[in-house]
Amino acid sequence: MSVTTETTYTSASQAMPIGTPRHHIIIFAVLLVLLLIAPFVLYPVFIMKILCFALFASALNLLLGFGGLLSFGHAAFFGSASYVTAHAAKVWGLTPEVAILLGTVAAAFLGLVIGALAIRRQGIYFAMVTLAFAQMIFFFALQAPFTGGEDGIQAVPRGDLFGLIPLANDLTLYFVVLTIVFGGLLAIYRIIHSPFGQVLKAIRDNEPRSISLGYKVNRYKLAVFVMSASLAGMAGSTKALVFQLASLTDVYWTMSGEVVLMTLLGGMGTIFGPFVGAAVIVTMQNYFASFGAWVTIMQGTIFVISVLLFREGIVGVISRWIKKPL
Amino acid sequence: MFELLGIPPQALFGQLLLGLINGSFYALLSLGLAVIFGLLNIINFSHGAQYMMGAFVAWMGLTYLGIPYWGALVVVPLVVGATGVVIERLMISRLYHLDHLYGLLLTFGLALIIQGLFRNGFGVSGLPYSIPPQLSGGTNLGFMFLPNYRGWVVVASLLVCFGTWFAIERTRLGAYLRAATENPTLVGAFGINVPRMITLTYGFGVALAAFAGVLAAPIYSVNPNMGADLIIVVFAVVVIGGMGSILGAILTGFGLGIVEGLTKVFYPEASSVAIFVIMAIVLLVKPAGLFGRTA
Repeated sequence: MSVTTETTYTSASQAMPIGTPRHHIIIFAVLLVLLLIAPFVLYPVFIMKILCFALFASALNLLLGFGGLLSFGHAAFFGSASYVTAHAAKVWGLTPEVAILLGTVAAAFLGLVIGALAIRRQGIYFAMVTLAFAQMIFFFALQAPFTGGEDGIQAVPRGDLFGLIPLANDLTLYFVVLTIVFGGLLAIYRIIHSPFGQVLKAIRDNEPRSISLGYKVNRYKLAVFVMSASLAGMAGSTKALVFQLASLTDVYWTMSGEVVLMTLLGGMGTIFGPFVGAAVIVTMQNYFASFGAWVTIMQGTIFVISVLLFREGIVGVISRWIKKPL
Repeated sequence: MFELLGIPPQALFGQLLLGLINGSFYALLSLGLAVIFGLLNIINFSHGAQYMMGAFVAWMGLTYLGIPYWGALVVVPLVVGATGVVIERLMISRLYHLDHLYGLLLTFGLALIIQGLFRNGFGVSGLPYSIPPQLSGGTNLGFMFLPNYRGWVVVASLLVCFGTWFAIERTRLGAYLRAATENPTLVGAFGINVPRMITLTYGFGVALAAFAGVLAAPIYSVNPNMGADLIIVVFAVVVIGGMGSILGAILTGFGLGIVEGLTKVFYPEASSVAIFVIMAIVLLVKPAGLFGRTA
């Protein structure tokens, strides 16, 4: 971020008292209770989809909202993790937890390579570089023999957790997915509120000053990039097991755009915004799936409206109303 | 006839020509991006969609109004450029006081809307646009067969690129433009209407994209997705060249097109990723880009 422009990702960055604010604990608790009841009321696969995208968007938000780095290529991590997990579960016959771990590690490695190159440029160049590398991964997935080209990897077995608990039942799988996603969200919360997270926000708000204070800015940027890529990968891996499918859609640039939209709509730099954004967009896609290209037009329209009139996002606006960081 | 590394010269020159044609489009599009970026400081993500609009408006002009190719070459950039002016006035101009990333997000949304609208209206199968009769057929150059239209694409792109370079670097209007890029406030103080210049610059950049679209219509099938993947490659071209210099954008565009063509001859599997690999190397060696000023 350049110094001259006004700080735009605020709303959550006021000085916070030591310790976890009580209202955050309450929101997390209420969220958990709601998510425990949800699969008995709604279709479990639908909520699992929301959960996976909530983790994906929160991972992007860690980079964008708190690191100030707009990655337009996060589908690369989501998608390749999804492919690795699908391949590990289907061809190698590994148990789901190992398959998800492998996918996450693959995404982390990819994040290390792409991140190390991308952080050499700033601002919009950073966005273009990440987008271009993601497209390279897409072409790779299109041609590589193990990805199945246009068909993707289909009929991925969900397997038995730890070799003991069969996950074929949607409800059983739901609680595994909930554990993974909730764990991921808590990890992101912890990262944001650690000393590391404070330095990150300092870099976002004023990079030259952070450099002059002696922080190795590029190391922080790379670290947060790798963390964000790993968590995006974890979301992709989980998604591969839920839908038993890894396909080119997961690595295409439209996926990168969608996750940016979720973060923007929910509220960049807020803790719960990406979750809300993911829920809104996934619900919208589900209800309007039969309208074909109208979904794309609607998403574009939401982008335009969000940028022009609604830059704080849903949660950002609520946070301003109640005068508390969310 | 000589052979080079076991590659028949027809294949080599054929791919070089293809590379040159791709390079013509890379150059035109990255030139438009560079012109817009210079003054507006935003990356125009809808550039690919506007290129696609150029091809579609040419097709609609021919089908519904009977406007021939040569007419389209002039009219279509004006029409699409005018939509660009409207977009700049209504939307982009509201974002100048914000971080540049918002411009990128806004134009990404616009690209989604434009693509979705054309996909709804015309499907994704692609529409044919025939080569104008004056340019059909080909010429035998002795070492290869050159389809006339493809030769024309390269010539037209070179002409427009050179014209743009000349207008920006060698005319009074271009001098105002370059001055406003350096310091808009001071230029405004000298009595030049900078906001109007910004609007027209955006319109001009969009018109360049539409011109490329008309050029592309007879070669590629006219379909709503034609710009989406192309623009990402053009972004890589822009990162490699750096957006500081007009001439740099043109040279990088043509150069990378040729490199891509050569990769198709010698190592076809890598041709779709060649430009991205070059981008990675440039980021390692010269992060600001080949012609870029250090940001």
